[in-house]
Amino acid sequence: MKFNLKVWRQKNAQAQGKLVDYTIENIIPDMSFLEMVDVLNDNLVRKGEDPIAFDHDCREGICGMCSMYISGRAHGPHHAATTCQLYMRSFKDGDTIYVEPFRAGAFPIIKDLVTDRSAFDRIIAKGGFVSVNTGQAQDANNLPVDKADAEKAMDAAACIGCGACVAACPNSAAMLFVSAKISQLALLPQGGPERNNRAINMVNQMDEEGFGNCTNIGACEAECPKEIKLTNIARMNREYLVASLINE
Amino acid sequence: MQNSVLITSSIGKKLIMGLTGLFLVFFLVVHASINGCIWFNDEGKTFLYYAHFMGTNFLVHIAEVGLFGGLILHMVDGLLLWKQNRDARPVKYAYSNPSANSKWYSRSMGLLGTLILFFLIVHLRNFWGPNRLNQITTGEELNLFQLMQEDFSNLWMVVFYVAACFSLFWHLLHGFKSAFQSLGLNNVKYNKAIEIAGTAFAIIVPLVFALMPISFYFNLVH
Amino acid sequence: MSELNSKIPTGPLAEKWDNYKEHAKLVNPANKRKLEVIVVGTGLAGASAAASLAELGYSVKAFCFQDSPRRAHSIAAQGGINAAKNYKNDGDSVFRLFYDTIKGGDFRAREANVYRLADVSRNIIDQCVAQGVPFAREYGGLLDNRSFGGSQVSRTFYARGQTGQQLLLGAYGALERQIGLGNVKMYARHEMADVVTIDGKARGIVARNLITGELERYFGHAVILATGGYGNVFFLSTSAMGSNVTAAWKAHKKGAYFGNPCYTQIHPTCIPVTGDYQSKLTLMSESLRNDGRVWVPKSKEDAKAIREGKKTAADIKEDDRDYYLERKYPSFGNLCPRDIASRAAKEACDDGRGIVPSGLGVFLDFADAIKRLGVEVVKARYGELFPMYQNITNEDPLKTPMKIYPAVHYTMGGLWVDYELMTSVQGLYCLGEANFSDHGANRLGASALMQGLADGYFVIPYTIGNYLSSEIFTKAIPTDHPAFVEAEEAARERAEKLIGTKGKKTVDDFHKQLGKIMWEYCGMARTAEGLTHARKLIQDLRKEFWSNVNIPGTLNEFNPEFDKAGRVADFIELGELMVIDALDRNESCGGHFRLEYQDEGEAKRDDENYAYVSAWEHTSVEADPILHKEKLVYENIQLQVRSYK
Ligand SMILES: Cc1cc2nc3c(=O)[nH]c(=O)nc-3n(C[C@H](O)[C@H](O)[C@H](O)COP(=O)(O)OP(=O)(O)OC[C@H]3O[C@@H](n4cnc5c(N)ncnc54)[C@H](O)[C@@H]3O)c2cc1C
Ligand code: HEM
Ligand code: SF4
Ligand code: FES
Repeated sequence: MKFNLKVWRQKNAQAQGKLVDYTIENIIPDMSFLEMVDVLNDNLVRKGEDPIAFDHDCREGICGMCSMYISGRAHGPHHAATTCQLYMRSFKDGDTIYVEPFRAGAFPIIKDLVTDRSAFDRIIAKGGFVSVNTGQAQDANNLPVDKADAEKAMDAAACIGCGACVAACPNSAAMLFVSAKISQLALLPQGGPERNNRAINMVNQMDEEGFGNCTNIGACEAECPKEIKLTNIARMNREYLVASLINE
Repeated sequence: MQNSVLITSSIGKKLIMGLTGLFLVFFLVVHASINGCIWFNDEGKTFLYYAHFMGTNFLVHIAEVGLFGGLILHMVDGLLLWKQNRDARPVKYAYSNPSANSKWYSRSMGLLGTLILFFLIVHLRNFWGPNRLNQITTGEELNLFQLMQEDFSNLWMVVFYVAACFSLFWHLLHGFKSAFQSLGLNNVKYNKAIEIAGTAFAIIVPLVFALMPISFYFNLVH
Repeated sequence: MSELNSKIPTGPLAEKWDNYKEHAKLVNPANKRKLEVIVVGTGLAGASAAASLAELGYSVKAFCFQDSPRRAHSIAAQGGINAAKNYKNDGDSVFRLFYDTIKGGDFRAREANVYRLADVSRNIIDQCVAQGVPFAREYGGLLDNRSFGGSQVSRTFYARGQTGQQLLLGAYGALERQIGLGNVKMYARHEMADVVTIDGKARGIVARNLITGELERYFGHAVILATGGYGNVFFLSTSAMGSNVTAAWKAHKKGAYFGNPCYTQIHPTCIPVTGDYQSKLTLMSESLRNDGRVWVPKSKEDAKAIREGKKTAADIKEDDRDYYLERKYPSFGNLCPRDIASRAAKEACDDGRGIVPSGLGVFLDFADAIKRLGVEVVKARYGELFPMYQNITNEDPLKTPMKIYPAVHYTMGGLWVDYELMTSVQGLYCLGEANFSDHGANRLGASALMQGLADGYFVIPYTIGNYLSSEIFTKAIPTDHPAFVEAEEAARERAEKLIGTKGKKTVDDFHKQLGKIMWEYCGMARTAEGLTHARKLIQDLRKEFWSNVNIPGTLNEFNPEFDKAGRVADFIELGELMVIDALDRNESCGGHFRLEYQDEGEAKRDDENYAYVSAWEHTSVEADPILHKEKLVYENIQLQVRSYK
C-alpha cells in the first residue's frame, strides 16, 4: 500500500508548526498505524532528517499514551480503538492521511505530535481516589457491592486517560474523562464519604485547566477508545449539583 | 470542601442552559397552544380571548419578566459558552471530520440560537413591541389577529418565519434531550423516552409555528 | 561487599515477617518529614511504595519516563492477581500459595520472601478494594475468583481483562492524592541516568528531563528502584516500547548485584510474529487456556497445507489433531505452567507442525467451549480479548481457532535484594519486576501484580524505616557534592559520545540484531555452545554499536531516538550478562532450559550443585563479572521434581 501523509511538525512548544508532506510505500495492511510511522521514521533517520516525535508505550491499547488525530478524527477512523490499535487495513491504498496532535489549549504541544496531558493528573490529584491509607482496610468481603453497580463502575473505570475525548470535542471539554472517574467512585460504596468533595474539587480543577464546557455534542463518546458513556457526564452533573447545593 | 461556583463553573453553566432551555421549551408550549387557536376559524375570537388574557393578566406580566430574564440568561450564557469553547482550542485542526462523530446541529447550537435571536427581534418588533407600546400609550390592545393577517400576506415574511422554524427545529432536536443530560437526568431506562419525546417536540412545535404564517398566506384561516 | 547477607529473620517460617516487623527500628513522625526518599518508577511497585511512604510522612520524589504515572506497563496486565483469601473454600491457604509459588518457580526462590508474599497477599486485596478497585463480583455482591495459570484452586482476583490497569489506577490515585497534598513531588518524563553513591550509600540520582534533555540532580536519603522488567532485551516482547533495564543497569554498575539474569519467562499465548516491521508482541491472556484447547495437526503434511493456505483448521478431523498439552500432561492439560506450555509449542513447531506461514504458531481452539457453554457465555467470559485479537489479526476466534506462539513476557531476574528488598548497595532498594526476589526460575500467572503491590504497600514501608532510623542525623546533601557532579559529568560524556557517533545504522537495527541473538541462543532452549557463540556476537555488537550508531537530533531537546539509544546500549551489556549467567547454570529449571540437561524433554534440575541464586557483581564492561552465590536453603518444603503430568 502507498499513502500520502500530511504530518504536523513542530520543533517545540514555542515554535510555529506546519503540515509536512510525506509519501510512504510498501505498507502492509496488517501493520499498525504506529508501525507505519516507525517505517517512515526509519526512512527519515536514514536520510539524516529528524524523525517524527509521537507518544506511545504499550501498543496494546491500554496505557493511553498514543494520541494522534488522524484524518480528522481522534485515534483515527477505527471505532473504539486507540491509535496503536488502528491497522492500515482501515485505509484505502493511495489515501491521503492527515496526522495532527490532540489539540486543546489545555494540552500544549511539546514537539510534533507529542502533547502535555498532565492536566489530567492534576485533576485526579484533586479527588480521583478514595482517601484510605495503606493498611487501614477492612476485609475485602465485609463490603458487598451490588454486582450491577460494580459492573457499571468498571465500565467507567476502563478509561485510559488518553484525552481523545478532549481532542474530539469541538469545545475541548474534558467532561467524559472527569466524569468517568467521578462516576466510578460514585457508584461504589467506597467512594461515598468523599463524593461531594470529589465532585466539586475535580470540576473546579478541570475548569482551572482551561478545558471547554460541555454542550452535549457527544463526539467524545463516539471517539472514546474505551466506549465510556455519556451517562457518566449526567451522573457527574448530578453529583456536582447535589454537592453544590449542600455545600456550606 | 472548596467553594463551588454553581453559576460560573462549567457544570453550573450547563445547569443554567438546561434550566432556561426547558423554561423556554415550556414557554413554547404555551405560546403554540394559544396561537393555535387561530385555526378555530372564528376570526380569531378564541385566540384574541387568550391573547387578551396573556396581554393583561398581572401574573402573566410577571412571568413575562421571568421569560425575558430566562431568555437573556440563556443567550448570555450560551454565547459565553460559545466563546469560551472556541478559545479552549487556540490552534484549530488543519483537517477535521466531525460529521463522523456528531451531528452538525449539535455543534451549531450557538449559530442556531443566534438565528433564533434574529428572528425573535423581528418577531417581537412585529407583534409584541407594537402591542405593548399601544397598551402603554393608549391603554388599548392591538388586534393581533389582524396584525398577523397583514404581516403574513407578505411572502418574504412567511419565508422568514418558516426558516426560523427550521432553526428552532434543529435547536430543539439537540436541545430538548440535551437539557435533560445537563440536569443529570440521563438514565438508561428513560433515555429512549426522552429522545422520542424530544424529537417529537422538535418536529411538532416548530411545525405548528410554521403552519401559522403559511395558513394566513394561503387564507386558510379567517 | 563480597559476602551476601540475605538478612532472613530467624524463627519459624510463618513468624518471620511478624518477628521482623515487631523488631524493626522505627522513625518518629517528626523525623520522617526530614527524610527524603527517591522512588524511580511508578508502576504497581513504585506507585504503591511512593504513596505509602508519603502517607507515613516521608518526603518523596517520584520519577517515571512516561508522561504520567498512570501509564506504567503494569497497566497492561490482563489476567488477575493472586491472594490466599480462600473465599472459595476450596482449600487455599497462605502455605499453599507459598508452596505453589515456590514449586512454580522450580525451587529457585527464597522461602522466607515467598512466604511473606503469600502472607501479605490478603492485605493487598483488602487495600485495593478499599481504594475502589472494581474487582469482579458475584451476584451476592462478594468478590469473584477464578483459577489461573497452573493452580488448582481459585484464588485469582480480577477486574475483567484489565486487572493490572485497575490495580495501577488504584495505586496511581493514592499517589496522586499524596502529590496533591504536597507529600510527593512527581517528575514525569524523567529518565534515571545514574545512581549517586556517597561513602557506599545511595544518596540520590541523576535524571534526564526528557522534554528539555537536561540532566538534573536529586538527593535522597534512600533510593528505591521500581523500574520494571527488561524483556525488551529481546526486542520483541510483551513489554511496552519504553520498558528498559537502564535504571537497574546503572545501579548494577554502581555496585548492586544482578540476580539470576538468565531467568526469562516466555509466555505461551501471544499473537505470533507476522513480519519484520513488527514492533511488539501482544499477549492473549493466559485465562484463555481455561477454555481454549491447544493443538497442532498430527501430521506434518496437514500442517504444511495449513501454512500454505491450502487447508484450514476446520479441514483437520478430530482424530488428526494433536492436543499435545492434554496428551503430555493429562492432569494439568492446557493449564500447565507457562514454561512448560511454551516449550511444548516450540517442540511441536520444531517438529514441522506449526500452522502459521513462518512455521511458528499453534492453534488455541474454543470450538469445544462454545459447544459446551454457548457462544454468548464464551464471548462474555473473554470480553475484550476476542475483539482485540480480531482487531489485530482480522480473524474471528469464535469462528476459527486463534493462532498463538510463545513470546518473551517477564523477567524473573533482576537486581539482587535481601529480605528487606535492599540491594547490595546500602540505602538502594529494588521492588517489583525489577528485582529478582520471589519467582525463582519461573513465575506463576497472577503473581507479579501481587509481588509488586506486596513490595510497595506492605514490605518497603517497614524495611526502609529500619534503615532510615539510623539516617535521621544525615542532613540533606547538597547536589553540588562532588559525587553528584561526577555522576552527571559521566552521564553527559556518555550521551555526547552516543550522539556524536553519527554512524550508519539506526538504533533499531542494533536492537533487532540483539533481539535475534538473544532469542536464538538465550530463548526457550539454550546450549553451552550457542551461549558461548552468543557472547562473542554480543561483544561484537557492542563494539559496533559504539562506533556505528546513528542518532539524529541533539541532546538538548525532546529526542526519543536518543532515549532509545541509551536503553539499547544498556540492553547490549545486559544481554552479555544473561548469556554468561545461562552458561554458568548447568541445569534446566523453569524458564531456563538447557538442551544438555533434560529427561525426555522435561527440565532436569541439579539441586545438588545449583540450588543457589546467582548474584553477579559488575567489574567492567570488558571484563568478566564476579559470581556470588546465595545458597537456597529449604527448611519447610521438600525439593521435588516439578511434574505436571
Ligand atoms: C501484557 C502483560 C500482561 C501481564 N499480566 C499479568 C497478570 O495477569 N498477572 C500478573 O500478576 N502479572 C502480569 N504481568 C506482569 C506484571 O504486569 C508486571 O510484572 C508488573 O506489573 C511490573 O510492575 P512494576 O511496578 O515492577 O513495573 P512497571 O509497571 O513496568 O513500572 C515501571 C516503572 O518504572 C519507570 N521506569 C522504568 N525505567 C525507568 C528509568 N530508567 N527512569 C525512570 N523511570 C523508569 C516507568 O516509567 C514505570 O513507571 C503482565 C505483564 C504484561 C507485560
Ligand atoms: C425559544 C427559544 C429557545 C429555546 C426553546 C431554546 C432551547 C434550548 C435548549 C432546551 C437547550 C439545551 C440546553 C442544555 O443542553 O442544557 C438550548 C441550548 C442552547 N441554546 Fe437555546 N433556546 C432558545 C433560544 C436560544 C437563543 C436565542 C440563543 C442564543 C442566542 C440560544 C443559544 C443556545 C446555545 C448556545 C445552546 C447550547 C448550549 C448547551 O447545550 O449547553 N438559544 N436551547
Ligand atoms: S473518556 Fe475515553 S477518550 Fe476520554 S480519556 Fe478516557 S478513554 Fe480517553
Ligand atoms: S500505546 Fe498504549 S494505548 Fe496506544
